[in-house]
Amino acid sequence: MTDGIPAAPGTDAWFHDGPDGFVLLAGRCTACGALSFPPRPIPGCPNPDCDGLEQHPHALSTTGSLWSYTDARYVPPPPYPRPPDTEFSPYALAAVELDAERMIVLGQVAPGVAVSELTVGMPMRLVPGVLVSSAGVEERVWNWRPGA
Amino acid sequence: MSRPDSVAVLGVGMHPWGALGKSFVEYGLVAARAALADAGIGWRDVQLVVGGETIRNGYPGFVAGSALSQALGWQGAPVASCYAACATGAQALSTARAHILAGLADVVLVVGADTTPKGFFAPVGGDRPDDPDWLRFRLLGATNPAYFGLYARRRMAIRGTTEADFAAVKVKNARAGSLNPYARFRAEVDAETVLNSPMVSDPLRLLQICATSDGAAAVVLASEEYARRKQRDAVRIRAISAITPEYPRTVPDFPYLASDSAAISPPASRTFRESLAWSAYESCGLGPEDMDLAEVYDLTTAMELDWYEEIGLCAAGEAEKLLHDGATALGGRVPVNASGGLSSFGEAIPAQAIAQLCELTWQLRGDAGTRQVAGARAGVAVNQGLFGHGAAMVVAHA
Ligand SMILES: [Zn+2]
Repeated sequence: MTDGIPAAPGTDAWFHDGPDGFVLLAGRCTACGALSFPPRPIPGCPNPDCDGLEQHPHALSTTGSLWSYTDARYVPPPPYPRPPDTEFSPYALAAVELDAERMIVLGQVAPGVAVSELTVGMPMRLVPGVLVSSAGVEERVWNWRPGA
Repeated sequence: MSRPDSVAVLGVGMHPWGALGKSFVEYGLVAARAALADAGIGWRDVQLVVGGETIRNGYPGFVAGSALSQALGWQGAPVASCYAACATGAQALSTARAHILAGLADVVLVVGADTTPKGFFAPVGGDRPDDPDWLRFRLLGATNPAYFGLYARRRMAIRGTTEADFAAVKVKNARAGSLNPYARFRAEVDAETVLNSPMVSDPLRLLQICATSDGAAAVVLASEEYARRKQRDAVRIRAISAITPEYPRTVPDFPYLASDSAAISPPASRTFRESLAWSAYESCGLGPEDMDLAEVYDLTTAMELDWYEEIGLCAAGEAEKLLHDGATALGGRVPVNASGGLSSFGEAIPAQAIAQLCELTWQLRGDAGTRQVAGARAGVAVNQGLFGHGAAMVVAHA
């Protein structure tokens, strides 16, 4: 929150914007090391063979390869924000596979990048993103952008 | 032949799918009465009612099992209601089957009915940041078609599938649906029309994504002994798998924002979608080679191709060949979605898996009219929905 944009609703502790850059934070089980993104809102571990109850924040890799992508040509229904006095602008969505974590994380693609610029397998990197709420307020989210 | 694990499908019935503007209870009532008539029994003979829920009606589906029981006239039977997203109907059937196999009921009525708003499915209202379904809409604008677009693009990238391949699935299903009086969309469609329909979520166009619909389906299930007493040469449910995924999930299934991490725990040998049909096959000893037809949840044309491989109709990467060889069309080796599928019906969630059973039953009895699969003796149905729900069932002659 170095630039003062508050995290979007529901995403408290999902990412960290510090001097070392912008990262997504998974929950990491202190007993077995299993990762969860988003971090679990309840105690426990996703691994069925683990009784661990505690999780610590764990910064995920900020680069990965594009597992797949799509876009939205039509206005999605609420609760997707509809800021006042603005035209709907189509957006692309990416599913990015993080090598070290062997995990696929979805996100909107940074504004201005069209699906025609995307290819499955291409390197992608995490960047901070901005969502404008229906009240016209800027909110911090994460975006994916082509590039290593 | 009687088997310890089988229950009889004594009767089936449906209300036509459409955008009809009536109460879901009315649709369900029509389907239930049709199923009872088909079974040759009366409403008072029913010993358990199982209703499939929808989540969009405040109280879950107005508590479907109870709403239908009241609509038919309270007669005192026990009641159950199920919610399992797109697998709701299969879970209702599984509940009915379990009661019968446990000896708790001899004859059970299972009903699924829905009234569905037009357009994108959306989560229920209010600010609910603890709900993954709310979060994916609020933060990403990730509708169901967006997830379907991800899966379709992935298939194109790793299998070389083309938009024309996807369109050929729609052409096939529209042809089958044109022969089904219960289908909502009964016009044949050519590939050019599919490929010129508006893009919704790249690479999927409007005619490659199933619509939402009103509709209802009902079945009467019975014990082997009850079916024998009624002298019904009934079709049998041999297996139902209404199961959950195994950790770690390697695919970002909707409504989740990520897959599980496979860094610490290696993934199971089968994906969740593969495990649905295979666990049903394994529990009854039949396999994909025994199936004469399949009803698969074609939320999109691309997804139908995925299912061919996941339910074992062909090896991985061979779905396009199976399609273009005509094997999955009416008249082919193993017709898929002889009913017309979701493509022709649209999605009426709690009714859909029950409708799949209706179609398999008509086909196995030889009652499917102009879309009859000649000599069908066994079939499989499969579906998958939100929140780790999914199910498959295997149906065969007694
Ligand atoms: Zn653990």
